[in-house]
This record gives sequence, C-alpha cells and structure tokens, in this order.
Amino acid sequence: MVKNTFRGGVHPLGHKELSREAPLCEFLPTGDMVFPLSQHIGKPARCIVKKGDGVLVGQRIAEADGFVSSHIVCSCSGKVKAIEKRRTLTGSSMDCIVVENDGLFTPAEGFGVRENPDNITNEDILQRVQDAGIVGLGGAGFPTHVKLRPKNPDAIRYVIANGAECEPYLTCNDQLMRVKSDAIVEGLELILRLFPGAEGVIAIEDNKPVAIAAMKQAASGKKHIRVLPLKTKYPQGGERSLIRVIAGVDFPISRLPADVGCIVDNVGTIYAIQRAVLYREPLFSHCFTLTGEAVRNPGNYIVRDGTSFAELLESSGGLKDGVTAKKALAGGPMMGIAMSSLDVPIQKQNNGLTLLAEDPNEQAQAQMTACLRCGRCTTVCPVGLLPQLMADAAIDGNYERYEKKLRGLECIQCGSCTYICPAKRPLMQILKQAKSEITARKRAEAGGKK
Amino acid sequence: MLTIIITTLVIAVIGIVVAEGLVFTDTRFRVEVDERESAVRECLPGNNCGACGYAGCDAMAAAIAAGEAPASGCPVGGAPVAEQIASIMGVDAGQVERKVAFVRCKGTCDVTRNQGNYIGIQDCRAAALAGLNVADCEYGCLGLGSCASVCPENAIRVVNGVATVNRARCVGCGLCAKACPKGLIELVPESKRVAVQCSNRDKGPLVKKVCSAGCIGCTLCTRQCEFDAIHMEGNLARIHYASCTQCGKCAEKCPVKVITPPVNQ
Repeated sequence: MVKNTFRGGVHPLGHKELSREAPLCEFLPTGDMVFPLSQHIGKPARCIVKKGDGVLVGQRIAEADGFVSSHIVCSCSGKVKAIEKRRTLTGSSMDCIVVENDGLFTPAEGFGVRENPDNITNEDILQRVQDAGIVGLGGAGFPTHVKLRPKNPDAIRYVIANGAECEPYLTCNDQLMRVKSDAIVEGLELILRLFPGAEGVIAIEDNKPVAIAAMKQAASGKKHIRVLPLKTKYPQGGERSLIRVIAGVDFPISRLPADVGCIVDNVGTIYAIQRAVLYREPLFSHCFTLTGEAVRNPGNYIVRDGTSFAELLESSGGLKDGVTAKKALAGGPMMGIAMSSLDVPIQKQNNGLTLLAEDPNEQAQAQMTACLRCGRCTTVCPVGLLPQLMADAAIDGNYERYEKKLRGLECIQCGSCTYICPAKRPLMQILKQAKSEITARKRAEAGGKK
Repeated sequence: MLTIIITTLVIAVIGIVVAEGLVFTDTRFRVEVDERESAVRECLPGNNCGACGYAGCDAMAAAIAAGEAPASGCPVGGAPVAEQIASIMGVDAGQVERKVAFVRCKGTCDVTRNQGNYIGIQDCRAAALAGLNVADCEYGCLGLGSCASVCPENAIRVVNGVATVNRARCVGCGLCAKACPKGLIELVPESKRVAVQCSNRDKGPLVKKVCSAGCIGCTLCTRQCEFDAIHMEGNLARIHYASCTQCGKCAEKCPVKVITPPVNQ
C-alpha cells in the first residue's frame, strides 16, 4: 500500500474538536470596514475611490498595479470614510481604505446570476479570476490569475485542490468541503479545462472523514478527478509536501510547482474561482475559523474581508469567563502570525483566529537549554535539511556555509524543528532570520553592482 | 680523501645551482611591495571593523597606498590618523571630523506604550521579522540591543527601552547603523550640537497617538533655519550637517523639543 505522505513531519495535537462540528455561518459585521491596499504578494493595489464616495458590495475599490498584483473589492455597502494609514495584523501600518458600513449590504450590479459553464471560454475563466481579485486563500495570498497562467499549460500534470488543512485548530476548510463539495468540484473542473493534460486531485488529510465522503460523493463519475486521503501529519498541506505525495518529485525552492507540472490551490480558492467564473462574483468573503481555548464559542464563519478581528470575536460571545487570551494568532499555532492587537482587519488570505489561554512560547523560553544533539529536528524536517547545523551556522554568522553547504534557503519555515526540539530552541526563528539576512545581502550586492 | 673532495664538489655544485635558482626566481617573480602600504597599516587602528568600506585594516592600507582611498578614509582613527597617513603619502589630510553614532529615537518606556509582549529571540532583527513593534511606534527603537551586541567598543547600552550611545567611547565605525533594522542610527559629526531625535515619518496626529516625544512634522524648524540646513523628509525634520552652523534656532523653536544636543543622550 502506498503511504500517502512525505518524509519527516510532526504530529501536533489537532485541537480541531473545538470547532470541527460548528456549521459554517455567514457573519455580517456592523462596524467600519478596513481594506488594506496590500493583501497579496506583489505590488500593492492602487486606490480608485475617494473619500465620501458611496460603495456597494462587490464594487472594486482598488485596482491591481501590474500583473503580479490583485484587485480589492468592497465587502459592504456604505461610504468611504477615509483613506489613511491603519495598523494591520503584522503590526505595521499600511495604506487602507476605510468604509463606513451602512449595514444593508446592498450588492453592486453584475453578479450573482449563474451562467452556463459551456458558454464560458478558457480566456473568460482566466479573465474572470483576475477581475474577481482572487488570491491564494491558503495563507500566502499569491494572485491566483498568475498561478493559472504558467509558461507551458500543456505540461501541467496535476491540479491539486489542497484540502489537507494540516494546521492545528483550523477547521473552516473541513466545513467548506462538507457543504460546498459540489461547487469545489465544479471549480476544479473549470481549472482543469485550462490544462487539458492534467488530472484533478483533491487532497484531504484522513482526520476529516466527513469531508472526504462528501468530496468523494461530489467527484463520483468525474473521470479526471479523484479524492486522495492523506496521512494526518504536519506540514501535509504544504505545497511541496503535497507535490511530493502526488507527483512524487522534490524540487528546489528556486523553481515553482508549475515547473514540475503541478498547480496547487486551496479548496477555498477553488470555491472562490467557481463563484467568480460562474456567478461573476468577486472575492469579498471567505471561510474563517475562530477558535482556541480562550474563546467562548469557537466556530466557522464566512467572513467578509475588512471585518475587524475584534468585532468577530465580540459578536461570537467573546472570551471565556475568567480566561485571558495570552496569545492571539492570525491563522493556527504553527504558521500563524502573532498579533499585538485584535483591532485590525481580516484580510483575504486570513483563515483563522486562534486565541490561546497559555502562551507556549513563554513556557518554551523558560525551559530552553543548549542543543542536546539528539537530531530530532533533522528527522522531522520535511525538506530533509539539518536545522541544528543550520542554526549553528546562522548564530556564527557563517552565511556562506548556511546557504551553500547546508542549503538553508530551501527551508519552508514550517516550524516542525522548533515544535519537536526537546531543548526548546527557537530553531525556525533563527533560520528565518538567517534567510532574511542572506536575501538582504544578496539584494544589497545586486544593488551595488548596478 | 677522494670521497671528501667529491662530496665537497657535489655540495658546492648543488649550492651554486640552488643559488642561481633563487636569484632567478627573485628577479623573475619579484612582487613590487609599496613600502608606504605597511607604513600606512602601522598607523591604522587595527580594529578591522570594516567601517571604511574595505574588508579590514590591511585592505584599507592597500587601497590608500594604491591611491584608491583617501588618507582620511578611516572613520575610527579620525584626524590624528589621517594626518599621519597624509604625511606618509605626501598628500593633504583635508578636514576630517570624528563622527559619533546618534540614535534618532526618544521613545523611552515613559513616552510610548508597549504594543505587545514580545517573547522570542532577544534581537531587534528577529523581532522586526516577527513584525512586532515592541513599542507602539513602528519607527522607533525596539530596545533589544542589536546595536549594542555589534558594537566593538561597548559604547551602546539600552536604557529605559532606547539604545543610548556613550559618546566618549564611540569610534564612529557605523556597525550599529548597519545592524539596526529600523535604520535609526546616524553618524553625526562630533562638534554638531543639534540633532533630530525621532524617525517617525507619519503626520503629527498619528505621531502624537503613539509617542508623546516624537517629531510632529510642524515644519517650524525649517522656517527658522537661515542656512537652509533643515528640511522635511516626509513628515520628519532632517538636518543636513554640511550647511548647519549650529545656531540652535531650530532647537529653540521646536514645540516638542525633539531637536536636542546629542550629549550622551
């Protein structure tokens, strides 16, 4: 039997039972909506509205500036209150469009009516994805229209719908696959039309049996689509881990999945593509998990972009009595971004808010010792690197060794090494710092040569 | 007897051949050494800090001897070293002034709030990567002391959340300026008595919200200056030391007193 997994990886406690059975429900905010101009990888979008303008749901308020960029769409109706710098979840300020929400959610014209998929050409599909401002909803926020236009479309062998959701705590994709299975399969079929030689694979970790059953049901009878249950292991949902399992290839960080014939999209993105292509509906909402031990009512929501994290938490019932949230994470505990304030907007690519009652970092720091040379970080590294030696090289400032000999730039920053380390060393953080130092030096060198 | 003669002859011949070889290699492969280079190297302080832009003092000496670098190229040695080097090289030293690191932030724990409880590697660069601003102001000093850890002279300490420079010990090598992820540290000529102690480029009200000591961008200082030495960059006053005469009018007028003499901060 083929084991559907990659080498290495860790088994963190899932904690998914907190929100797993909470049905996906739509959350309609009442407060001001804030739209940062950069919610994607690439150039920030260009604002096309003025202060005082009336806006509607689905109206484009900022335009992509260049090819690798994405439109930003208003998710409520109301009036533009200000265009100013606001703090975003990373802690730094960014230009944002602030919209005063009238609470009516009046939709703009031109979307919501289903079209016959047979009448839509391939070029239409790409154009509508681009117009909808869709970015990768798995977390990175890479503009999807760029991903769907690889150099050689005929060489694509697999289109992978990523429903692994290996991140602990998060369950919104699980719920989405249960209730929107037909739409996801339809979306995947639309993408497959662009790549005639490709097979569609829906990859789901085997801790989501209901979602697997639902997707199998929806995909039955489709020739080019199969559902692939995967072993539950972190980082199973990493792009490279999935490609390792499905296409059986490893490839260096300098190459893209498309170079080895794969396109990986989160199931949430594929659902958004289906809405965009068949209903011309731009991306203004996505699924989102509110969870963690400190939350009174963990749940799964369809949230609108620009909603404040704090408002969602308040409306859901807030924190448990007598519990203070020690740590707030946008996303899950492995890849999530630690937040210093909840009064920031939810962006397109955010898929969860995890509020922990205990800060594991604080505990880890208290227990930190010197490296024990146990080698467990090496065993769990999904890329096959040597995190212990890399960290030593990084601390010594020996970036040449880090990059050339230890291939440290291949690190995907999944955090498995930090998770497993019995000495509680912050390996991933050290490696991340080394990576950024090396890229900064390279940039400085390139700048110096010009 | 014969053995002795033969041995002597053989050794003599070997000696002559080897001597010829040495003479040949010495003339054929002779490396021209500039004596001034080693003399210049003697004058340099030997910190190997790299502040001059060369790999170390040896590389700097070679560059000076080759005429690629100016005699006053060593910021650590300052005027005395420049004079010595100039006399070796037979050029004019020019005006060299010692520069001292200056931290352009006044945001101590008393005037700005902590934004989050940062737990992680105690290094400003790591904290900046985590995206967390330790203080509420996103331009301000993180106070984790990356600058202090690279300082070869132990001249920087973090006091009350902001890095402070011991001006007597600072050699002006600029390593701290390179290490600071927020780009707060500037090298200011030692004699200058005015400096803007803030790096926040936001508009006044936004600055006021996060820090009571910050530059509010009122532009009063630029209007006071008779020598056109102070300009606004974004919403932040910036002094151009080449034209500054240190009349002190800007510091006098500054409503938030963010233009200060850089005295041991």
